[in-house]
Amino acid sequence: MTRVRRARGADPVSVTSLSLRDLLSEALAGLSQRPARTVLTMLGTVLGVGSFVAVLGLTATATGQVSSAFSEQTATQVTIADAGASVSAEPDATVNSFPADADARIQGLNGVLAAGLSWPVGGGPQDVTASLRPGASVAQLAVAAATPGYLDAAALDMTDGAPFTAFCDQHAMTVAILGAAVARQLGITSAAGAPAVFIDDVAFTVVGIAAASVRDPATATTVYIPATTARTYFGEPLAYAPASMLAHTSVGAADQVADEAPLALRPDAPDLISATHPPSASPVRADVLASLNAVFVVLAAISLVVGAVSIANTTLVAVLERTPEIGLRRAIGARSRHVAAQFLTESAAIGTLGGLIGTAMAVTTVVIVALARHWTAVLDPALTLPAPLIGTLTGLLAGTYPALRAAQVAPLDALRR
Amino acid sequence: MTVSALRQSPESSDVPLIELTGVSRTYPGPPAVHALAPVDLIVQAGEYVAVVGASGSGKSTLLNVLGLLDAPTSGRYRLDGTDALRLGDAGCTALRARTIGFVFQEFHLLAHRSILENVALGQLYTGVRAPQRLIHARQMLSKVGLGDRLYALPTELSGGQRQRVAIARALVNRPRLLLCDEPTGNLDSATAGAIMDLVGDLHSDGVTVLLITHDPVTAARARRCLTVSDGLIVDDRITVCHQAGARA
Repeated sequence: MTRVRRARGADPVSVTSLSLRDLLSEALAGLSQRPARTVLTMLGTVLGVGSFVAVLGLTATATGQVSSAFSEQTATQVTIADAGASVSAEPDATVNSFPADADARIQGLNGVLAAGLSWPVGGGPQDVTASLRPGASVAQLAVAAATPGYLDAAALDMTDGAPFTAFCDQHAMTVAILGAAVARQLGITSAAGAPAVFIDDVAFTVVGIAAASVRDPATATTVYIPATTARTYFGEPLAYAPASMLAHTSVGAADQVADEAPLALRPDAPDLISATHPPSASPVRADVLASLNAVFVVLAAISLVVGAVSIANTTLVAVLERTPEIGLRRAIGARSRHVAAQFLTESAAIGTLGGLIGTAMAVTTVVIVALARHWTAVLDPALTLPAPLIGTLTGLLAGTYPALRAAQVAPLDALRR
Repeated sequence: MTVSALRQSPESSDVPLIELTGVSRTYPGPPAVHALAPVDLIVQAGEYVAVVGASGSGKSTLLNVLGLLDAPTSGRYRLDGTDALRLGDAGCTALRARTIGFVFQEFHLLAHRSILENVALGQLYTGVRAPQRLIHARQMLSKVGLGDRLYALPTELSGGQRQRVAIARALVNRPRLLLCDEPTGNLDSATAGAIMDLVGDLHSDGVTVLLITHDPVTAARARRCLTVSDGLIVDDRITVCHQAGARA
């Protein structure tokens, strides 16, 4: 109790006071009067803060994972294109700026692990069928000419059989590798029986089925045939669908290989060759993650606003319901500020508890997701630890108006109810 | 303005506990309601005063003004030597908490708190520490005969017991004035008699009691009886009311 000494030496009298400990005790007692309502009021803050922390944690975790995957590809892949095809006057003309020993020249560069040539046979989809019997279904499928070096560089994931060899290519053997989707479409389940497919009525023996490829996203829907065979039966690449090379390099060598490739292939006319490696993942990643972050942060903000409205509404209802209590407290010595402080503390406590629970749930979620995906959970303590304060702030803001309303309740009006 | 600055000095034993001079209360309309005409009243410390009157006569307004729950429109009010009407909210609240204990017809107990906590609440804002508050509350509940029900909830008690709790809460801060607004209004006659016995005991202990009642039997227990009509104190007797109560 703050003591105020009377003028002229009279006895001291006091003004009423409320200690912080008593304030907290009264606020918690107020909340515990209706535990179910308190918990339900808290839910909005739990969701808001939880979403916020989960978004930060999951994006940080995903960023780390995406970063490592993108970095590996960025550093080890080079695509070499036929720039001469783009200056060809006739789109249907056959163009091939690559020398016959292109694979060997690129494979000879320092840091190259595998490299090979490829192009779309016939410039587009070809008629492919598993049977020449009348009425057999014919599919329009992408057929790619590929050197064995290309298959190595693309790192085909063979589900059955094996890639064709340099021997097959050198001798223009009619062998083919089917993408998994193509094989299903043609009704071929295995290469074990040496099944045949017909490309423009030319029979090819299926030597393998490939499910996917690390560096060629079209693998599953493509039929690969040896490059020499393709030249023999279908001719050189066309200007509108030119050949290109794929090089798999050791980590960090991609830039150098891309620089050296044009000269290695065409020292007489390096401008006919252009070499690139995939764009850095950083801008892509940043764009994707920024978009995701924005969406989830907006959702988290909406949850917080809902939580704040929920707290404000419940506190306002509590003020109305507890008006007689307010009157009683005023009658026994509570000042307006004491009443306001109690309701503000109650709403702040709801916000803080909601923030703590939301943060705990979010951290748990991030860890579980990371474990399930075999990722490393990334949580920034500088963002996670203060997160419950967002709940406190939400509670304080939401409780301000009801607290002011409570403070304005006249004791007499309150006691009359 | 602080309470201290407005107190009479030096204190003397003949300073009235309550001193109303030309106090009126008008509720703004339209139409304006003159609930309390200018009244003068002096109540000395240790008195036992009953205020009677018909509904709407102004006796509740008088009690609210006396209890500093309502501000009069005009006049002067000295409570325990302090010019109450010149105090701000904080000073008024402090004077009320220090000087007055309230007993209401509706009890106004917190339903989710034990009666021990309800009584201790009476000292929450007076700077008394929590353990001491609980000791005082125990003592006061023992005094009103509820020492064995300390942790009961108000909903577990009878009406008379609840009013005892309310009285204990009003007295825990040792006020000089006990203001009772129809304290037996919700009780049966036997329970009401027991409550009024308790109030009489408190008065015997030196507490000044001012109670509002419709019940002439209850009013008869007081030594002084004020009759309020149309916002005026039309009768102020020492013995007649007491005798009437005795006859009843």
